[in-house]
Amino acid sequence: MFKIPSFTQLTDQINSCTDEDIKRSLSAAHLSTHDLAALLSPAADKHLEAMAKRSADITAMRFGRTTQIYAPLYVSSFCTNRCSYCGFSADNKIERRILSLDEAEAEAMILHHRGFNHILLVSGEAPAKLGVDYLEKLALRLRNRFASISIEVQPLSTEEYARLFAAGVTSVAIYQETYDRDIYDRVHIAGRKCDYDFRLETPARAAAGSMREVGIGALLGLADWRAEGLALGLHLAWLRKNFWRTGLTVSFPRLRPAAGEFQPLCEVKERDLSQLIFALRIFDPDVGIILSTREEARYRNGMLGLGPTRYSAGSCTAPGGYSDPDTNGEQFSIGDQRSINEVCAAIKQKGFDPVRKDWDSAFQLQ
Amino acid sequence: MKITCNGETKEITPDTTLVSFIRDMNLNPDTVVAECDGSIIKRDEYDTRILSEGNVLELIRFVGGG
Amino acid sequence: MLKIADRTFRSRLFLGTGKFDSAETLKKAIEASGSEMITVALRRVDLNDPADDIMNVLDRTKYLFLPNTSGARDAKEAARLARLARAAGSGDWLKLEVTPDPRTLLPDPIETLKATEELVKDGFIVLPYINADPVLALRLQDAGAAAVMPLGAPIGTNLGMITRFQVEIIIDQARVPVVVDAGLGAPSDAALAMEIGADAVLVNTAISIAGDPVKMAAAFAQAVEAGRAAYEAGLGKKSSEASASSPLTGLDFIKD
Repeated sequence: MFKIPSFTQLTDQINSCTDEDIKRSLSAAHLSTHDLAALLSPAADKHLEAMAKRSADITAMRFGRTTQIYAPLYVSSFCTNRCSYCGFSADNKIERRILSLDEAEAEAMILHHRGFNHILLVSGEAPAKLGVDYLEKLALRLRNRFASISIEVQPLSTEEYARLFAAGVTSVAIYQETYDRDIYDRVHIAGRKCDYDFRLETPARAAAGSMREVGIGALLGLADWRAEGLALGLHLAWLRKNFWRTGLTVSFPRLRPAAGEFQPLCEVKERDLSQLIFALRIFDPDVGIILSTREEARYRNGMLGLGPTRYSAGSCTAPGGYSDPDTNGEQFSIGDQRSINEVCAAIKQKGFDPVRKDWDSAFQLQ
Repeated sequence: MKITCNGETKEITPDTTLVSFIRDMNLNPDTVVAECDGSIIKRDEYDTRILSEGNVLELIRFVGGG
Repeated sequence: MLKIADRTFRSRLFLGTGKFDSAETLKKAIEASGSEMITVALRRVDLNDPADDIMNVLDRTKYLFLPNTSGARDAKEAARLARLARAAGSGDWLKLEVTPDPRTLLPDPIETLKATEELVKDGFIVLPYINADPVLALRLQDAGAAAVMPLGAPIGTNLGMITRFQVEIIIDQARVPVVVDAGLGAPSDAALAMEIGADAVLVNTAISIAGDPVKMAAAFAQAVEAGRAAYEAGLGKKSSEASASSPLTGLDFIKD
């Protein structure tokens, strides 16, 4: 079982780091979690450019000059959880919709025609309305059109993940949102999501269910971003040790305006997000780093090649929004509104290759 | 009566026990492992196991090694 | 303290007992090394020289016997030797060595994995000897190996840690102790293995063929302690460049 120190301990560790620690961490071949703490510390801010360079070098070595493109497909906005930060919270009065399998397939085909080969199926957490059966059926319909299918839905059991893997789902994204137990309890007011430990163990269950890749993450703006970064590093290291066959990605969505009008509990500036990305890249050279469309085009362009390796594009966070762009009921509003072609053009202009297809469903045995 | 031990033919009298054969070979039964016709013989059966005509015996012990 | 399976060891130097010029030298070298685990092999008794019994100098009460399956060319032969060793009263501990190529004595990864799976199921405490292959090390741990023993260099070559980079990966990923075994030619090689984080080393040839094996055994013991102490103290990292900024990664696109 993955165990994590308290946020106070994590923060203490970060604050105890010296300038010497930071310099050593920047040039180390193998980084310890203490090195990660150093790179996340306030004192590391003045080394940001050196961190950017090191992060860029490592990213180039491991990933080359490529950026993988994917699109989220929201299939349902029904949710039984009440989470203060989320547009889909059960107590928000928004238009709720669940796509039928035909509608979901139609949305997916729009993405397919736009050139996406990697798709992320997203839903609120309402198992009675959208469960494993639905996902299994949808995956079977889509598996031959997409190189990979990821899901970001309610936590499932190992057996359920194994079932979905057999149906063609290859990766699972499940974000702890915040690793700080106190804040977690504060912002998760009702529903199954209140169970911090069950959620924490989900990446392990997905890996045990044979998923090729598991994505973890934290919602920046809830607890102190530095300690979240250290917690993410610890979680990555634990997953690597216990599930060595599973690929890992990490994502740090930053809180954006949402229907519930939740104000972030802490401020996270773009500079902070950059430090977090560089620190995690240096700590874990192989982890995929996702930079979502919550961030603005200017920032996403600037970060190309410096650490992130996966970009979503042309995203819509309301179910049915690809067929009908006027659809209401989005989970969050998009910072980068560009289409896939615009994003790919920007990537190419910076000297990188936008990878629309990496992996092939043909390799996945029936 | 003939048996084979470590690839060599040995002449023994009928009703020879394994332990007496080992001692006849000037070996210490406590540090020798015996395999008879491919099966390992338990040490506590050395004095009750009677050898038969044609038995293929392997006597093995620890030696220096890395 | 080093823990492998259910045993703890104060000494992180294990000794191989082959190639010594005499049983007497071997006995003194073991004492000088402070080792708490020694390897032995199994061979046919030489009926023409029955008195040549290594057990005359080895003391089971002072150190743990780790029988190896040297000579085995496949999993089947290794399993047979394992059971013979257990019948010889050495307990369940086993150094699994499957070496079909007598010239290089390099271990067969496939037969080693097969044998590990079978012998772990049969209750053996298996320590497999392998090339420094990180994925193989992981597969063996998944199969229940109590430790992994990657080589520093092929047996008897005394070339030192030529597999250093892969051994570092193995150490980084390991969930069981890592014992670097084979090829360590000098105490400095053993110190290096310990500095990069190995849990223990096994040395044979370098000690047995030294001019003074007893002194060499003591030297290795000191080297293993020094290397381990350095590792625990946290070696300072070498820094290649200390550049503060680079025009290639201008961060002016960041707004706040």
